[in-house]
Amino acid sequence: METFFWIDKLVLVLLLFLISLGIAAYQTYFERKLAGWIQDRVGPDRAGKFGILQPIADGVKMFMKEDFTPANADKWLFILGPGIAMFTSLITSSIIPWGPDLQLFGRSISLQVAEINIGILFAFGIISIGVYGIMIGGWASNNKYSLFGAIRASSQMISYELAMGISAITIIMISGSLDLRAIVESQHGMNWNIFYQPVAFVVFFICALAETNRAPFDLPECENELIGGYHTEYSSMKLGLFLFSEYVAMFVSSALMAILFFGGYNFPGMDYLKDSPNLLALISVMVFFAKIFVFIFVFMWIRWTIPRFRFDQLMHLGWKVLIPIALVNMLITGFVVALYEHWF
Amino acid sequence: MESLTNRKVVVSDKPMTFMEKLYIPAIIKGMLVTFRHILMRRKTIKYPEETREFAPVYRGMHVLKRDEQGRENCTACGLCAVACPAEAITMTSAERTKDQKDLYREEKYASMYEINMLRCIFCGLCEEACPKEAIFLTDRLVPTQFERGEFIYGKDKLVESTDHRIDITKRQFTGKRGTI
Repeated sequence: METFFWIDKLVLVLLLFLISLGIAAYQTYFERKLAGWIQDRVGPDRAGKFGILQPIADGVKMFMKEDFTPANADKWLFILGPGIAMFTSLITSSIIPWGPDLQLFGRSISLQVAEINIGILFAFGIISIGVYGIMIGGWASNNKYSLFGAIRASSQMISYELAMGISAITIIMISGSLDLRAIVESQHGMNWNIFYQPVAFVVFFICALAETNRAPFDLPECENELIGGYHTEYSSMKLGLFLFSEYVAMFVSSALMAILFFGGYNFPGMDYLKDSPNLLALISVMVFFAKIFVFIFVFMWIRWTIPRFRFDQLMHLGWKVLIPIALVNMLITGFVVALYEHWF
Repeated sequence: MESLTNRKVVVSDKPMTFMEKLYIPAIIKGMLVTFRHILMRRKTIKYPEETREFAPVYRGMHVLKRDEQGRENCTACGLCAVACPAEAITMTSAERTKDQKDLYREEKYASMYEINMLRCIFCGLCEEACPKEAIFLTDRLVPTQFERGEFIYGKDKLVESTDHRIDITKRQFTGKRGTI
């Protein structure tokens, strides 16, 4: 039993790793395609049919480039930076429940790598560590623009984590658990949290944009002011890892948003499939991925619509708008939950 | 003062209303605009497969014409080279021998004729200067190359072949020295 458990987990980890990287790779393709469409262009269409092999061509390009380290850079931190960035974006996917249990080979296989009961706490911890990748990378480059980017990234991520955390607390209050699986189960069918917490969702979504350094919050890498920000000095696959980690982070944060607000793998009418758990699991996983892809699309759609914030606007929005809104929302939610549970 | 056009707009800096300060309606409006563009027709012309339609007077790659009997019109007078403001044209002349009568129209011909396509500004003055209706600019494009030397076009690339005539009917010409 114990060995089977480990085999299941290993297979799941490997699958998740490949899926995350594959989706991230095709996100780069789709982002460029969407950018093209929004600007009345075609987008990449030369590599393969409809340019479908573009990510592979990009990957080959990244590997073929010269791996350059600046003379005065801190060699070890320079390597560590992209490593941490990639690691933190990938590791969050381990706590995400991808679907209900599968019934295969006479045992039930859980589609969640680590069933820890403090899932959200873990996710936020890892997201906080994500700052270090950018910070260390920018610092080690020994370049003023990289340092600017790194400082912007850290101040931005720390500011927006607060509002993000507070809006997640409202979800924890109404579902009564920190466990992601329990939060998903509490939104069974169409009983999604978005209908109870639209304000928290808006706050969380904006913060997720800021946390993943996506436009309009992409000040850390701001091409036209900072020449790429924290990854100015990076080249070859180290740069590739930085860029890639952003896409993986986008995938994972879309998954988190789908779990917290849009019912994760729940879909209306899932009770009809109670008798065939495998089919249910399969459809659930597909529904979950559909939700994730919608979020990814919205992320990209926003990127190609809204211009970048100024830094003072960014701080204003984070501290003076989002945090008060999230706090008031949390207070109201707490009050309502207390009333509902007959505490008075 | 009365404005000459009615395009004058008064700039206002009135404070934003609450709805405007929310920004979200404006953002959604902007996103709908971009979404409409996703569904619109693409304006791209995928170049090597499809080409833009050229104006009838488009001045592209040159051609050295032959007359109806397939004889080269050019007599190496050098007027095109003199007219060329970019000094892109150079040539050497030679005298026609008796057995070359079906190759060259006049007694003198260009044994070497080169246009440097990197210097050429495609102004069409060579065509205008040519008294023999030998050189014309066509609607063909000069293809890209990796080496500079490959842009110096000799007679092998400039003179049209007898079985593959280059259409110049859109250009100005008398037709006395070959109509195609």
